[in-house]
Amino acid sequence: MTVSIADNELDTEQLKVFARGSESQFKRALRRTLKTRSAQVGIALVLSFLIIGIFAPIVSPYDARTDLDLKARLQPPSLEHPFGTDDLGRDVMTRVIHGARVSLQVGVMVVAISLSIGTMLGLLAGLFGGILDSIIMRVMDVMLAFPYVLLAIALVAALGPGLRNAMIAIGIVYIPPYARLARSMALSAREEDYVLAARALGASQTRILLTHILPNGLSPIIVMATLSMGTAILDAAALGFLGLGQQPPYPEWGKMLVDSIQFILSGSWWVMLFPGLAIMLTVLGFNLLGDGLRDALDPRLRL
Amino acid sequence: MAPVAQIGAIFPRSFFHGFVMGTYILRRFVATIPVLLGVSLLVFSFVHLIPGDPAVAMLGERATEENVQRLREQMGLNDPLYVQYMRFLVGKISFYTITEDMEYTTRKGDKCIELSRGQSVCYQGGISWSNDREELQCYRAFTLLNCHIGGVVWGNLGNSIHGNIPVSLELKRRFPATVELSLAAIFIAIIIAIPAGVVSALKRNSLIDTMTMMGALIGVSMPIFWLAILLMYVFGLLLGWFPTGGRLSVGIELEHITGLHLVDAVLTQNWVAFKDALSHLVLPSLALATIPLAIIARMMRSSMLEVLGLDFVRTARAKGLSEWTVITRHVMRNAMLPVVTVIGIQLGSLMGGAILTETVFSWPGIGKWVFDAISGRDYPIVQSVTLLIALIFVLVNLIVDISYAFLNPRIRYD
Repeated sequence: MTVSIADNELDTEQLKVFARGSESQFKRALRRTLKTRSAQVGIALVLSFLIIGIFAPIVSPYDARTDLDLKARLQPPSLEHPFGTDDLGRDVMTRVIHGARVSLQVGVMVVAISLSIGTMLGLLAGLFGGILDSIIMRVMDVMLAFPYVLLAIALVAALGPGLRNAMIAIGIVYIPPYARLARSMALSAREEDYVLAARALGASQTRILLTHILPNGLSPIIVMATLSMGTAILDAAALGFLGLGQQPPYPEWGKMLVDSIQFILSGSWWVMLFPGLAIMLTVLGFNLLGDGLRDALDPRLRL
Repeated sequence: MAPVAQIGAIFPRSFFHGFVMGTYILRRFVATIPVLLGVSLLVFSFVHLIPGDPAVAMLGERATEENVQRLREQMGLNDPLYVQYMRFLVGKISFYTITEDMEYTTRKGDKCIELSRGQSVCYQGGISWSNDREELQCYRAFTLLNCHIGGVVWGNLGNSIHGNIPVSLELKRRFPATVELSLAAIFIAIIIAIPAGVVSALKRNSLIDTMTMMGALIGVSMPIFWLAILLMYVFGLLLGWFPTGGRLSVGIELEHITGLHLVDAVLTQNWVAFKDALSHLVLPSLALATIPLAIIARMMRSSMLEVLGLDFVRTARAKGLSEWTVITRHVMRNAMLPVVTVIGIQLGSLMGGAILTETVFSWPGIGKWVFDAISGRDYPIVQSVTLLIALIFVLVNLIVDISYAFLNPRIRYD
């Protein structure tokens, strides 16, 4: 559709509509997202875990690492310990609350690593094409030849266990989908009129990339980032479960679960119920939010 | 347009179609080779990323410098990296001709390729393999000596650090357990997910639909090892319906044929063992099935919805076909296409999930093995299993792509 302002065919009222249409499209989409029930639940879940995580030292009744009470080992839930105590007499609720910090940190870091590197690689590949494109995309193909969890496990096994390495490993593993998305975005945008116009005006490659192509492809990237925040938390818990994530005595949900296995045989169900529930609710929150955003921002994008 | 029409007139359509298919399959095969090479390079480099000296890891911290150096020399760790990679891949290669008759299969005049110590591939007419001897010797000797016979291309995956046992031997024993678990899981996922997805799509926005999709969302949000622990607690401990771990109860005998217990039990008509193996299989495969179940159900639903809106469905209804025929013959058949792809990808991904599920249920497959290897820092095992699973993943994807081309005649062959 071409709008010829010079011909004066449009009155000011119509122009305003157009201006609003392009300017606040994103805001409108966000408002639409907030109206759906599932996105509301998602935001509520994510926000509550965020608040719990940020204020963990204040809201938790005990110290997560040091408050051992060996006389009160494996106590069932009570008023004193709402989620019970673990094998060392530590308050499970406190540890679950502190675990929120770790998991949210993982989610944010993983998305930061994979989104920035992946998008950059994809844009470079799509924009410059040729041999650079081939090399980048072949490397991505090789990475996609592994199941996510497995590649992350192999990477952490090589880098050495620990929260930092777990985050780096999952971050690396998540690069290829972003690279593919960004590449297809750059490829389709390369021939768009607004990119050609910018190029004709003498804008540099970097400027075209950052101010024209990137903002136009932002919605699928936002959706993917939200959804991968959830899967990153799941994968980090899996690494923790395998003993490759956060090391003791720091609380981590996956590690708490693997430690709980030996105690449920004696009937201590609370040690495993609450950390798992916390993981599920956090991930569910991100998934609901991501689904809501997808429906509002880009209905064509379906997983 | 005209030449194509002429060709079509000379050759029957199926011939042309088959020809194009053939090149498509060939091209798809060739495209897999660089990916596999890249996978092997990546897995090879993992070991070199590991901090610390593998020789020290094998001999222990208190080994003398001299012994460490000797082992490094034996393991070939002093060679340049590309030489080490080539050896990892194909082994050290030398060519020679047999000068006199030897035991086993090699005879005078055979042309042989020796792949590092001992193992040879010899040619005369056909191909004969003579690797058993060396493998047995390595196995029996239990020394820290070099047992790197050939490379991964020949199925040699090196030796484990603990016990120095060839990884491939243990792999052969454990792999069927994981295959059995994965197949059971994907079976459960398919028989539940496809009807669920179809009903959801047909009763769109009904209570059933909302519940199914909410269930699917919870399914993908749940850590499967947590679900595994929950199932074990509720059905294994509280209700006592199923055993909480292992593959067979103590005292149950089963002849080893395929390694898949259910199949072996049927083949030997051992129904006691069949029942026992099945009851051990239920909980782990249910836990492992959750994620594929959720994903397949969602895919089936959205694919059905897409097809339901197409013109040919309206035409079929207008012809007066019964709703059942329209749904089963016209809608489902077309909606299945993207679902087949998803099923294939999920089957490959199951191997990753198996590590977690097997750990919870002490299932003696490769997943539990990797877990133990990670705890024991036994990297050759981690490396080998990673390589094997990636290989399966790539091959499954290849098969899915090819079968997709067969299923969907509209696919472009480029």
